[in-house]
Amino acid sequence: MSALMIRDLHKRFGSVDVLKGVNLDIESGEFIVLVGPSGCGKSTLLNIVAGLEKPSGGTIEIGGRMVNDVAPSDRDIAMVFQSYALYPSMTVRQNITFGMECRNVPRAARDKAVEHVSKLLQIEPLLNRKPSQLSGGQRQRVAMGRALVRDPLLFLFDEPLSNLDAKLRVEMRAEIKQLHARIGTTIVYVTHDQVEAMTMATRIAVMHHGEVQQFADPETIYNRPANLFVARFMGAPPMNTLPARVDGGRVMLGDGSVALPIDAVGLGARDVVLGIRPECIAEPGRRFGDAAPLIIKARVEMIEPTGAETIVTLRLAGEKMIGRVAPDVRLAVGAEAEFAIDVRKLCLFDPKTERLI
Amino acid sequence: MASGNMSNAGVPPMRDRSWGRVAVYVVVWALAVGYLVPFGVVLLNSFRTAEEIAQTSMIGWPTNWVFGNYTAAWATYCIAQTCSGIQPYMWNSALVTVPATILSTLLGAVAGYSISLWRFRGDAWIFGLVTMGVFLPEQMRLIPWTIVLRDLGMTNTIAGLVMIHTIQGLSFTTLFCRNYYVAIPVDLMKAARIDGAGFFRIFWRIVLPLSPPILIVTVIWQFTHIWNEFLYGVTFTTGQQQPVTAALIALSASVADVPQHGIQSAAVVVAALPTLLVYLFGGRYFVRGLTAGAVK
Ligand SMILES: Nc1ncnc2c1ncn2[C@@H]1O[C@H](COP(=O)(O)OP(=O)(O)OP(=O)(O)O)[C@@H](O)[C@H]1O
Ligand SMILES: [Mg+2]
Repeated sequence: MSALMIRDLHKRFGSVDVLKGVNLDIESGEFIVLVGPSGCGKSTLLNIVAGLEKPSGGTIEIGGRMVNDVAPSDRDIAMVFQSYALYPSMTVRQNITFGMECRNVPRAARDKAVEHVSKLLQIEPLLNRKPSQLSGGQRQRVAMGRALVRDPLLFLFDEPLSNLDAKLRVEMRAEIKQLHARIGTTIVYVTHDQVEAMTMATRIAVMHHGEVQQFADPETIYNRPANLFVARFMGAPPMNTLPARVDGGRVMLGDGSVALPIDAVGLGARDVVLGIRPECIAEPGRRFGDAAPLIIKARVEMIEPTGAETIVTLRLAGEKMIGRVAPDVRLAVGAEAEFAIDVRKLCLFDPKTERLI
Repeated sequence: MASGNMSNAGVPPMRDRSWGRVAVYVVVWALAVGYLVPFGVVLLNSFRTAEEIAQTSMIGWPTNWVFGNYTAAWATYCIAQTCSGIQPYMWNSALVTVPATILSTLLGAVAGYSISLWRFRGDAWIFGLVTMGVFLPEQMRLIPWTIVLRDLGMTNTIAGLVMIHTIQGLSFTTLFCRNYYVAIPVDLMKAARIDGAGFFRIFWRIVLPLSPPILIVTVIWQFTHIWNEFLYGVTFTTGQQQPVTAALIALSASVADVPQHGIQSAAVVVAALPTLLVYLFGGRYFVRGLTAGAVK
């Protein structure tokens, strides 16, 4: 069953086109992450799905029902906000039951639902507190509780973790993922953190300039980015992209001084943009699969040890690239060094359309 | 030099208790005394007999304290041929002030809420028009109100004054509530709409509980302004319908053998008492409310 279907959605604020024809088909039970840079229209899209904002064009179907003219409360959705949006004058319990109160749910049923949800999220000791008496992480839980208690067809999360500190964010990330595995309700989750996107999503929709650039599972997004924007946006550090030229079974990088073998039959001879992930450039001892490693020489320009690995900036064929080497490899800045290249995951893009070839 | 020292006044004093600080205190005290002297004179006179005031001076310490001025001013003194003291006029003022204060505050809160948190077509215009009332001089509105009161048959009624003060008060109460409510995060409204709450439920359950600081401000402001208001009272009401501010004028105009300064002073003190009490008990909430935010 389709949980959410978005067809040709447009939104303009005055003269600004914020959404320019968004199409998404989301199956029931999926965990969809909407990711994109700030201002690309993620929140606007979510607000339109929730019914808080009117689209300028296009249709929204939730659970097979067209909801364009349905009020937010009747769309069978629940939303978690970045600011949590807890009602300041109500206790945690009242925050959670407010929706049921509005829908005239009998008191006994309300109490039962609160009990269930507070157990699920371990917020029972907080039920009689006011939001101002909670820590950021606790507020986040309560905000989730308020959404969960609704048992909706669709959860909408708008950057729910971005106000938490790094450690708590990682914890909550795992917890939300487990929660989804447990309850199985469809989630549309907005973030501009691509790690969150990669770790949680069943499918990722990458947005830019009000358009969906690519909508695919995390592995495809990462390994076969549909265009240069996606290639550069996903991954930290991002994919290296540099001008190159294919000719026969080889791709010549930058100034042509370095050539890599590539399975690009049928492309003829043409200019391309080559994409290579930093982890595909490693210390010479590294083995990628069974094939004999390809070793190249490059000048080291900068090293950034992170502990688990060392990020190295190097110059290859006149172009700046980033590689990731094991932390115990000694590299001298300014000197030439050898690197192993994984040629299995090279991506080629058309320099004009910027699309994956 | 003075300004150089002045700029130190806000800094916690370390070594030099600067002259600027002293100067500030001198000015503040001088102003405070200047404001309080007239009230002090009236207060003292309210405890002196008319004879004593007539024989000595308007300014002086009571030689023997009398309280009769108050009973006379309250219940028996004659104002414009009616010898009932200011008591009935105090009631008139209360009957005007209390309903008008409550109504203008509640309506202003709803108006400010809808303007700040429910965007609708033309909301900025409506806000501009409503708050223009804050800057229109009272005198400009006299003739329109005369016509309105006449056409509604409410001339010389307390209900007429309640209506005028309620409507005029809306400019102020709407402005203040709106400015307070714009600080309420829009996400709160979104969450409530998803929860299924409508316009009035959101107001009642979410916005109003956040409002006490600003409601105290508007209530105090409205109460003191309406109670002290004179022009409309004296223009639109006569005789037994007048609020106490208008009646005080009639009182001071009443002729007697000896000028009854003692009784008049007592009447002034009594008439000022409600707003004084509001100030004494509510003043700090007023200041606090003006600087408070809706959501901490
Ligand atoms: N009410 C509005 N009026 C005018 N422009 C708006 C309005 N709401 C959003 N915008 C504009 O629409 C664009 C998209 O905004 P949106 O909030 O959807 O971005 P976002 O992708 O959620 O960004 P972020 O990651 O920063 O939250 C922005 O350029 C923003 O300025
Ligand atoms: Mg956003």
